[in-house]
Amino acid sequence: MTKYVIRRLLIAIPSLLGISLILFTVLALAPGDPFEELATNPNVPMEVRENLRKQFGLDDPVMVRYVRWFKSMVKGDWGFSFASRVDVDKLILQRVPVTLFVIGSSQIIALLIAIPIGVFAATRPYSIFDQVANTFAFIGFSLPTFFTGLLFILLFSIKLDWLPFVYRADISETGFAWWWTHFKQSIMPIMVLALFQAASWTRYVRSAVLDVVRLDYVTTARAKGLNERSVIVKHALRNALIPVVTLVALQMPAIFGGAIVTEQIFRVPGIGSLLISAILANDTPVIMAVTFVFACLVILFNLLADVLYGWLDPRISYR
Amino acid sequence: MAGSIPASATVDALAGGAPSRPQARWGTEAWRRFRRHKLALFGTIILGLIIFGVLVGPWLWKVPINDIDFNARLAGPSLAHPFGTDDLGQDLFARMLYGGRISIAVGLAAMVIAILFGVVIGAVAGISSGKVDAALMWLTDLFLSLPQLPLLLLIIYLFRDSLKNIVGPEMGVFILIVIVIGGFRWMPVARLVRAQFLSLREKEFVEAARALGASPFRLVARHLVPNSLGPVIVAGTIDVAAAIIAESTLSFLGLGFPPDIPTWGRILFDAKDYLDVAPHWALFPGTLIFLTVLSINYLGDGLRDALDPRKVM
Amino acid sequence: MAGNTGDRKTGDKPQAHGPGPVPLLHIRDLKTHFNTDDGMVHAVDGVSMHVHEGETLGIVGESGCGKSVTAFTVMRLVPIPPARIVGGEIMWRGRDLLKLSNAEMRAIRAREIAMVFQEPMTSLNPVYTIGEQIAEVVRLHEKAGRKEAMDRAVEMLKLVRIPHPEQRVKDYPHQFSGGMRQRVMIAMALSCNPKLIICDEPTTALDVTIQAQILDLLTDLKERMGMAVMLITHAMGVIAETAQRVVVMYAGKVVEEAPVGELFANPRHPYTQGLIRSIPRIDTAAIEKKRLEAIKGVVPSLLNPKPGCRFAARCPHAQPECVAATPPLRPVSLGHSAACIFAELPASKRPPRSIDASMSPVAPAAAVA
Repeated sequence: MTKYVIRRLLIAIPSLLGISLILFTVLALAPGDPFEELATNPNVPMEVRENLRKQFGLDDPVMVRYVRWFKSMVKGDWGFSFASRVDVDKLILQRVPVTLFVIGSSQIIALLIAIPIGVFAATRPYSIFDQVANTFAFIGFSLPTFFTGLLFILLFSIKLDWLPFVYRADISETGFAWWWTHFKQSIMPIMVLALFQAASWTRYVRSAVLDVVRLDYVTTARAKGLNERSVIVKHALRNALIPVVTLVALQMPAIFGGAIVTEQIFRVPGIGSLLISAILANDTPVIMAVTFVFACLVILFNLLADVLYGWLDPRISYR
Repeated sequence: MAGSIPASATVDALAGGAPSRPQARWGTEAWRRFRRHKLALFGTIILGLIIFGVLVGPWLWKVPINDIDFNARLAGPSLAHPFGTDDLGQDLFARMLYGGRISIAVGLAAMVIAILFGVVIGAVAGISSGKVDAALMWLTDLFLSLPQLPLLLLIIYLFRDSLKNIVGPEMGVFILIVIVIGGFRWMPVARLVRAQFLSLREKEFVEAARALGASPFRLVARHLVPNSLGPVIVAGTIDVAAAIIAESTLSFLGLGFPPDIPTWGRILFDAKDYLDVAPHWALFPGTLIFLTVLSINYLGDGLRDALDPRKVM
Repeated sequence: MAGNTGDRKTGDKPQAHGPGPVPLLHIRDLKTHFNTDDGMVHAVDGVSMHVHEGETLGIVGESGCGKSVTAFTVMRLVPIPPARIVGGEIMWRGRDLLKLSNAEMRAIRAREIAMVFQEPMTSLNPVYTIGEQIAEVVRLHEKAGRKEAMDRAVEMLKLVRIPHPEQRVKDYPHQFSGGMRQRVMIAMALSCNPKLIICDEPTTALDVTIQAQILDLLTDLKERMGMAVMLITHAMGVIAETAQRVVVMYAGKVVEEAPVGELFANPRHPYTQGLIRSIPRIDTAAIEKKRLEAIKGVVPSLLNPKPGCRFAARCPHAQPECVAATPPLRPVSLGHSAACIFAELPASKRPPRSIDASMSPVAPAAAVA
């Protein structure tokens, strides 16, 4: 198993290099070279500008510049934000936990919704439940996250006045009140993301379980005298989850997109809204760094999914 | 057979010892399957209505999209303004008809780009040897790992101004958005096409064509591509929906088309700050985006059942 | 190889148990039909048979004759839509299995009646070790603890002659070959010491040499553990080697039943005769240089069949009376009956065919299953 993990880690590295190369190429191809801008922007203090000049070595050939940039990215030396006048890495580190919290909780909730419904629908295909679940799923993933967010705000904040729609990072209450306020302000962005993902995953879980339930070893499980619940959960679901896990990982890039939108709507201080405000403020170092962080997160989750896949399916890690 | 899950291959085989229907032509058989899918028909009708509306609407509804009228600002739906007005008193119905054309055009154009790239790359990968195939697949996987929205935003941020200078603001952004959105959607198509090619390559009719001296290009064009069309059509349909959502998202974040172009996402961007006083402003474009995407998804589902009926999705 | 039945007529009539032990399993007039888009398929259409304690009953017939469906129905593993158990009873030690609740039936599976399936490559769950899969049965039915159950798993692996059982018990199915996996299946089936084990084509998917090993193993285990075996196969050779009594099925019905020696020496149903004639024989082939004999025609479709003998379309002796009504099983001798109006007549005395194919109560299937 450890060999397998190491192997996947080694594969992740060229992916990271590849993505950073694409990122760098995009930046280098852009008219009005952002690197040049960094070094000549009057908002940037003189010493920083000099450092940047040296750091980026603007007259060097492209490959050298790429390597230098990549090295500094990996070292964590992400430069200085024009707009916020703080070091970019501090800025990002402040905000990454919030984004991870929202994304993480929404995915967990999404799975908690999708798996039971998908399994139930698969064990009663074409029944009323199945058709209703299918319709909800379609509606769920056809509703863009920004619209769902607005609808939630309209309903829960404006009409019902139950939940605040602005996220505050600094909550003054302590103890239980802190948790309650935190819950109230994060539940909407989390649910928007969760419902959207749950909608598409329900269909995948259903399809995966349907594929597995017709296989011979499920019949064997029944022939052993196991009750239907054990057959479905212990034998079928365990196998059906394997392709679902892969799918969850593959959807990570899209989930981050959804997080960006939700952070904008609900003003959650995560790296998504940071990206948007940086773009609107022409704050290039932040933009580059955030995009790089997103790329790293995607690779990290892909790696996680690979490892999980290897753990779930003994045939894989054995090879 | 509704609700049938064979206990095993044996039972499945045993129950199937019945005479089969005579084989119908592929097209009519697909159409028959499609027709059975009520929701897909429903989706097609709704989609048709929407497309018809945005194509013909602006000719029939002559209210200009940027007629500022501060007396009528933030008004709800009425006879004069069926969808109400925005904060400048502009008629939302007219703006949505206009913006709808653009949103849908973006969707279709991006789909074309995605299919073009996807088919070419998938075909080359499917038909070539190990090294080329492996390289292309590595590239595909790489692109699949890219964080889409952040990169979309980045590219638009970097290239928007220069393109504006070359082809004008609207066209520039249109080209940029279409290429970028399409550029992120070709990967699933490429994989599909490659998979189809790999399986078709071994089939007898390909061997026969090769034996008759067909060149690789001819093989691809006349034999492999037509037989791979089914899943590609389905993927293309879903791509249109995804592209419409992507463009709307960009516009909603303020980073899509210029502010005076009222694509549905852009209208939402303006409307989101007035939710408490003028909810209609956000509800109409949002609902229309939802209905368009929903009907495309149903249509895609129906097409998948009709053209690619293997899986129970 | 003589059968130990020594008793009454078999058939559709209610049984009066004559001299001899009460059978362990007694299937009476079982009917399992499948609801398909094209109509009702009568997969098992009035089948009766029985198995005594400790005996090996062979069920032989072509693909599609209903032998597997019969076995699945006994275990109540047929998927109820689209299948419907339309009639009959399955008496197991005094209870009708068809009338049991799901929970009662589950208690019987693997504990009293176990089943071994045809495809060892796909019949084991790939994500659990074989030890876990065998132990699962033991823990379920005997409320054993983890360690106890695992020890029994190792014991069972020893029983089925898998080398290094203590290590192998922690391995996954993909680490075993087909023959080994089938042994594991057998180990799993026997782990709770059932009284009857149903083997559905257990060696069809295996090499010939492995086939022989598995059959030997089955016979050996059967003797050691004193269980009954219901062996389903389409190979007459397997029947000859392993069975004590034989039931021949065709198109959803039982057409002949006899102790194995009697069946091969004196087959009375034209289908059985055809089956036996079609066995290739090295000794005669070299001398007589004959073509391989096959039964002409194809397996019929079981969609809404009409009354009448279902073999009539392919029978060399078919007469109008054959298609008028379905011939019941008629006794030929002790323990031997055949569903043919000429059952008592030896082949030489039977008249030649005098009907044409259109009079058959069943149509040929468009494709053989």
